[in-house]
Amino acid sequence: MKLTFPALFGRIAFSALATIIGIIFALPLLWFIFAPFNARAELGLALPDPWTLSNFATVFGNSFAMQALWNSFIQAAGGVVLVASAATLAAYALSRSSIPGKGAVTYILLLFSSVVSGSAAMVPIFLIISSAGLMDTHLAVILTFAGGLLPTAMFILRDFIDGIPKSYEESAMVAGASPVQAFFDVALPVIRPGIVVIVVWSFVNIWGSFLIPFILLRSSANMPAAVAIYSFYSEAGTPVVTLLAAYSLIYSLPVVALYLFVSWKFGFRFFGGIKA
Amino acid sequence: MASVEFRNVTKSFGEFTAVSDVSFDIGDGEFVCLLGPSGCGKTTSLRMIAGLETPTSGQILIGGEDVTHLHPKDRNIAMVFQDYALYPHMNLADNIAYPLKVRGEAVDKRHGRAKEVADVLKIGHLMDRLPSQISGGQQQRTSLARALVYPARTYLFDEPLSNLDAKLRLEARGFLNHLQRDMGMTAVYVTHDQAEAMALATRIAVMDQGKIVQYASPIEIYRRPATTFVANFVGNPPMNLVEVEASQGDGKLQLKAEGLVIAGLPMSDAIGKALSVSNKLTLGVRPEHLDIAEPGAANAISAPLFANENMGPESLVTIDRGEGARVTARIFTDDHLELDANVTLSFTAEHVHLFDSKGLRIPALGE
Repeated sequence: MKLTFPALFGRIAFSALATIIGIIFALPLLWFIFAPFNARAELGLALPDPWTLSNFATVFGNSFAMQALWNSFIQAAGGVVLVASAATLAAYALSRSSIPGKGAVTYILLLFSSVVSGSAAMVPIFLIISSAGLMDTHLAVILTFAGGLLPTAMFILRDFIDGIPKSYEESAMVAGASPVQAFFDVALPVIRPGIVVIVVWSFVNIWGSFLIPFILLRSSANMPAAVAIYSFYSEAGTPVVTLLAAYSLIYSLPVVALYLFVSWKFGFRFFGGIKA
Repeated sequence: MASVEFRNVTKSFGEFTAVSDVSFDIGDGEFVCLLGPSGCGKTTSLRMIAGLETPTSGQILIGGEDVTHLHPKDRNIAMVFQDYALYPHMNLADNIAYPLKVRGEAVDKRHGRAKEVADVLKIGHLMDRLPSQISGGQQQRTSLARALVYPARTYLFDEPLSNLDAKLRLEARGFLNHLQRDMGMTAVYVTHDQAEAMALATRIAVMDQGKIVQYASPIEIYRRPATTFVANFVGNPPMNLVEVEASQGDGKLQLKAEGLVIAGLPMSDAIGKALSVSNKLTLGVRPEHLDIAEPGAANAISAPLFANENMGPESLVTIDRGEGARVTARIFTDDHLELDANVTLSFTAEHVHLFDSKGLRIPALGE
């Protein structure tokens, strides 16, 4: 194909611009990959010389940091189980039953969800958790996140279930299944791709959150990783970049691993079986 | 097998009445088709037999037992869905055996029975496949196998063939007809395809706007449609309907319409009664009872040629009487028809159907 000169110039200019933008976005990521293996890492980007695991050795030796990762896992896993199971049941009921005004219910919940786990509600949340006697517990964090994430999870999942033909469960019930059997045998496996989305989404949300655990937790034994990163400061108050980099990499791995596992195990595919 | 009975069943969805005070019964071993255009209430009626909808009022009986408020699982019925509703995460063996699983049958036994049924339907070699890995025709047979795997009291079909292409549909229709002869099952079959209803049913219930317009054998519905609606719905192409002005002269019935020549039809008391209400009648003649004739022939209608479609064993000749009023004839010839610009189509008096001003059939002499 022959290009006129202005068109060719336009293409070159566009490619150059795209490359520059790409580099700007790639720089922090490259730092994120190189710095953990560099014993003399600073905020500038540099190739490690030599490559070393000494930063990781220091991090693994830090029991507070390791405990924090475990705390993050407990809080994220607890929140995910609660959000996914409650959202599935609620969304299924909202999708399949004929409750009057169910559309309005979902939208109002969705509207308030951004408030519940948002910083605007921090004071009331603090007071509620405090008077419930749950301060400085994993449960406090799990419940707060569940309250914040559930409405959106229900909304996403309800939309997903609405798109699944009722005839799946209807055929099961005509064949002799009770509504509970039809739900577990037929509906749940078909909804599963939607639930997986909710699991990943809520895990990432809780895993990466700083403010709520920072406010609701007191003792260092309960702090999650997002808060623990805060502890890699020298006594002079300057960040210890080497440790921070290594810990950040470890901290991000579970999320990456979860994505890989989900797309390998479940994919985000749909199987068919309904003839449209 | 068991009979099914509707007693004054009404079903409303808010303002909309889908089924309006319908009563009819389906005998043990009968294959009844609910036939009608979309929105006529036929699928709602079927879903009420299945228990997937609850009547607003009235009763539904299966085998003499009132099941109006019984959960679907307790009705012991089988249903084939329009979209097949095969479980996408189960292979064919588990799909077909699912009704036996919920009945507590052991794995070996239920898979054995599923294989038997699948073999009859020629999908026995696909038992390990997922529904997404088989063709549309095979999916249809899988959903049929799932319905046939256990002895149900009544079999319900919700337009099961409408998603198949024309050739597969004919094949599946023939198989269902064979199955019905073989098993003598009580079946309720919903369709909007009059050919399917004619081919399969022992009786057809033609529905329109939530009511049953005519409930009779296919032959009866074809020969003596109760209303212009039924006449227009059954038959391919449907019956030609011509609005006429009727009068009585010399003891014969005379009909007047543009391009229509009538030599005088025999009068009857029923016709006289209809004429005393209104002289606006509807003349009906089936396309297969029309023939090409010379201009000026008696008992004939002429108009400019609109279309001449050669279908192989027959030709469809359509003439246009203006304002969309068309008359179609089926001419049984495998030759190409050479036609003039104006075509005359003739018929005999015995093939004439008459409907009164309300569209109700006027019984012919001797009916």
